[in-house]
Amino acid sequence: MDNLEQLAIAARQALAAAQDITALEELRVQYLGKKGNFTELLKGLGQLPPEQRPAAGAEINKVKELLQAEITARRETLEGAAVTARLAAETIDVTLPGRGQQLGGLHPINQTIERISSFFESIGFDTVEGPEIETDYYNFEALNIPAHHPARAMHDTFYVSNNQVLRTHTSPVQVRVMENREPPLKIICPGRVYRCDSDLTHSPMFHQVEGLLISEHATFAELRGVIQEFLQVFFERDSEVRFRPSYFPFTEPSAEVDIQCVICGGSGCRVCKQTGWLEVLGCGMVHPRVLELSKIDGERFRGFAFGFGVERLAMLRYGVNDLRLFFENDLRFLAQFH
Amino acid sequence: MKFNELWLREWVQHAPDTAALSTQLTMAGLEVDSLSPVAAKFTGVVVGEIIEIAPHPDADKLRVCLVSDGEQTVQVVCGAANARQGLKIPFAQIGAQLPGDFSIKKAKLRGVESYGMLCAAVELGLSDQSDGLLELPQDAPVGTDIRSFLQLDDNEFDIGLTPNRADCLSIIGLAREVATLNRLEVNAPAYSPIPAAIDATLPVQIDAAAQCPRYVGRIIRNVDVSKPAPQWLTERLRRSGVRSIDAVVDVTNYVMLELGQPMHAFDLEKIDGGIRVRLATAGETLQTLTNQELKLNAETLVIADHHKALAIAGIMGGQHSAVSETTRHIFLESAFFTPSLLAGRARSYGLHTESSHRFERGVDYQLQVRAIERATQLILSIVGGQAGPVAEVESDQLPTPVIINLRRHAISRLLGFDIPDNDVETILQRLGLDVKSVSDGWSAEVPSWRFDLSIEADLIEELARVYGYNRLPVRSISSDLPLPAKPERQLHTTAVRRSLVARGYQEVITYSFVDPKIQALLAPQQAVVELINPISNDLSVMRTTLWAGLLQTAQYNLNRQQPRVRLFETGLSFSPAKEGIPEQQKMLALLATGSRFTESWSAKSEQIDFYDVKGDVEALLKLARIDEVSFAPASHPALHPGQSAAIRVGENTIGWVGALHPHIQAKLDLSMPVYLAEVQWSAIASGELSRFAELSKFPEVRRDVAVLVERDVLAATLLDAARHAAGELLRDLTLFDVYQGKGIDPQRKSLAFGLTFQHTSRTLTEDEINAAVESVVNVLKTRFAAELRN
Repeated sequence: MDNLEQLAIAARQALAAAQDITALEELRVQYLGKKGNFTELLKGLGQLPPEQRPAAGAEINKVKELLQAEITARRETLEGAAVTARLAAETIDVTLPGRGQQLGGLHPINQTIERISSFFESIGFDTVEGPEIETDYYNFEALNIPAHHPARAMHDTFYVSNNQVLRTHTSPVQVRVMENREPPLKIICPGRVYRCDSDLTHSPMFHQVEGLLISEHATFAELRGVIQEFLQVFFERDSEVRFRPSYFPFTEPSAEVDIQCVICGGSGCRVCKQTGWLEVLGCGMVHPRVLELSKIDGERFRGFAFGFGVERLAMLRYGVNDLRLFFENDLRFLAQFH
Repeated sequence: MKFNELWLREWVQHAPDTAALSTQLTMAGLEVDSLSPVAAKFTGVVVGEIIEIAPHPDADKLRVCLVSDGEQTVQVVCGAANARQGLKIPFAQIGAQLPGDFSIKKAKLRGVESYGMLCAAVELGLSDQSDGLLELPQDAPVGTDIRSFLQLDDNEFDIGLTPNRADCLSIIGLAREVATLNRLEVNAPAYSPIPAAIDATLPVQIDAAAQCPRYVGRIIRNVDVSKPAPQWLTERLRRSGVRSIDAVVDVTNYVMLELGQPMHAFDLEKIDGGIRVRLATAGETLQTLTNQELKLNAETLVIADHHKALAIAGIMGGQHSAVSETTRHIFLESAFFTPSLLAGRARSYGLHTESSHRFERGVDYQLQVRAIERATQLILSIVGGQAGPVAEVESDQLPTPVIINLRRHAISRLLGFDIPDNDVETILQRLGLDVKSVSDGWSAEVPSWRFDLSIEADLIEELARVYGYNRLPVRSISSDLPLPAKPERQLHTTAVRRSLVARGYQEVITYSFVDPKIQALLAPQQAVVELINPISNDLSVMRTTLWAGLLQTAQYNLNRQQPRVRLFETGLSFSPAKEGIPEQQKMLALLATGSRFTESWSAKSEQIDFYDVKGDVEALLKLARIDEVSFAPASHPALHPGQSAAIRVGENTIGWVGALHPHIQAKLDLSMPVYLAEVQWSAIASGELSRFAELSKFPEVRRDVAVLVERDVLAATLLDAARHAAGELLRDLTLFDVYQGKGIDPQRKSLAFGLTFQHTSRTLTEDEINAAVESVVNVLKTRFAAELRN
């Protein structure tokens, strides 16, 4: 069995010397292959007396298996090193910026309209749009604002002809809906409106969202409920909300709504002019004359309507201090709302 | 409506303190816009009298006064030109604290000692500017604290009144309101009618009774208009924002503020014959008090004499008959003009006066005699004279009292709350209504000063208002309303807008009115809707395309060093219609210019081209599930003739995509090519609903074909023909290469595309595929003279 011992030693030396998978493979074929040294040894067993053969065979196989195991272990080591080397070679700088199109963004006014709409849509209001050039009738008359009514002075109106105007509010959409659909109704009308006025705090074009609910059970109490809930959801705070009597020709009773200043929390600041309150919207119960003009039975149905300026809500929500920024469309400004 | 607090408190005593009163008014619908003290804070100033005055030995402009403060006489150096012996002035004593942290100490002016300061109005924070020392009346008691003498512990209120509350355009109206809210009484100052001392009257004839149902006039002879109005009166006017003119005019203004009745005083000697209230004759002219020559229209009511118009009724007096320094006798007017017939008249002349403001909104129609009596009393006490009898001409056109039925159940139906009967009655009574109980509620007669109450809902609002809006209940809406339908085929704007955001576009909102110059550049043939009264010339026409605003926004941002701009907007475009309102179509528009990606380490900086924007448009159409779309070469005045396509669904052009015409690009001073697209929203608003089709389990086979064709062959036409020729087995056709240039005929281009075949229920045979490909190649050869490439 000296041969076996020598063979094992030689094999182990060769194994230790093998530095790569190819050398290792050659070595495996040389020792363990079909024509390899161990196979030769096993073939030589036939020359031994039969009673010695099993023991000698077992001995050879034991050494052979041991060598096999060592080769496998060695192979795994070498393979691992190869993978490690490859991975090291493939290492990149993961801190480099990613590739592809950058995101754009939505305009903050439309983001605000979406936010408002999603609240009202979630409680079953339908969003409706309408024309921006309107007849005098839809913009004024049908809303109980006859010619020469002092309330017209509150609307600095752009005219395109004698009896056509750029709508001064989105209320005409409500009139069109009242004329064309059967009550009960539950709609909101977001959109652009126009007033002939341009300075630090007025833009000749701005946005409103107006809402209208007409049902057999609408009450002033429900109006207060919807408005209060909306403002608290919109500003994400349980601010106090107060209703003040006001006047709109198309509602009776009418109210203006203040929310506790979202900037100072009511203690008084520049934004709320030290009053602790911010005026955010106007609302009221639909005037019987408006229902009558739209041929809705005022004895059976009642309604409430509300409207707010989107720019005002957006300015309060995002802390924008200049109305004009919304329409300058400076990309550096707009990018702040991505 | 501006007024001072002390005046109001004289009319209604025991009202809550200033802050509470302010909140109360606001919460009752009389919104307090501003509240400010009439004078700045200061102390140590008394009524002083200049006893002696002498020149300053060392200064031309200074003088040395001996001033009495009632207890002692001290020396004060003063620079005011109006300082003179016997004058009473505000005297700030040593130790006085004046506004602006200014304390009065003993001082030496050019070597002369001075013990205090004589004050001008501006130094006491009483006015923004003043000319010399504030001159106090001769009867001012020397030594009295100036704050109490001038009633400076007072506040100015400014209330933003809504147009319905004309009744509160006066102290009496505000007093009624405060009394109602606090359950107090109104205390009108006591005075009795002035009996006639002479019997002079002026004939008054009303030719326009509908416009002027009541006219009350009175002559006062021998007035001395050189006498000034007393300080208490002018001070109240000032604190109410009214300038003092002369005693007679001041009185008419005072009565207007106190009672709400605008009045006018004529110079009696300038009235020829008598008063005639009539409509103007067309072309008649009048020189107004403000020296404006007005050409009157026939709808204008005038106060005339027997020869000419003297005043525009209820709006403004005329210069000719105005009270002046030479006036000896006056004729006072107190009239009622019908609001609806006066409304808009002032505005038609570009005028707006305290008087027109009140008459348009409604003046108490029972007030005229009371007002003229009050004015007479004040005039006689200030400028003297003898009053004639009150002459009143009245017609049956006066408003009649409005009676409103208020049903008990209507209150809770509207408010969602029952106001107790007792409260209903007291509130209405306190508001001046005459309330009677009837079977299902009440019948209430509206007082003559409330023009805003005419229907049941008006009374319910009054109840809610006085009861307190915030004491009414708050309830969630009941859910008896059907939920709106949400058709799945309908494309929501939000989805489109968000997908554009994902493709790198920034949403903008630009004005719907644009510069006619850019509008004409982009759509020279198109008629536009013009504004009659634009805010400025460059915002005077309604856009026919959203590109106008997008291009200006791009310009704005490129001028601010933005290297790449990608914008989109949704909104209406406008064009004139033959009848009715203009056509208004919702559009979606894109603009892109500059590099394809933001500057990066990983990509070459490449400029975008037509196909980038076309790809974005295709993505939108895909999102909308619009299948049958084509892009056809077509020309558009705003676009590059070789790089523009009409977007078509069937025969309908639903939009455009292309490069901005280089000519316009140059005019707009844009340095890089700009790519634009615009699509009608209605065309993409709803598409096909998704539909399931069985997936094939059998293998796909792909064959690639490359052909050479003339350069002007359109890819879409060729591929359509190929698709058609390939037959039903074709699953997909992909154009994967387009080449022209080196190595091929310069007149031709190479198109290479892959055809993918598949059958739903079996494996395709080689023969079938070959046949299909051959049919494609044959069609291309015959129709496009295509040459097969290897």
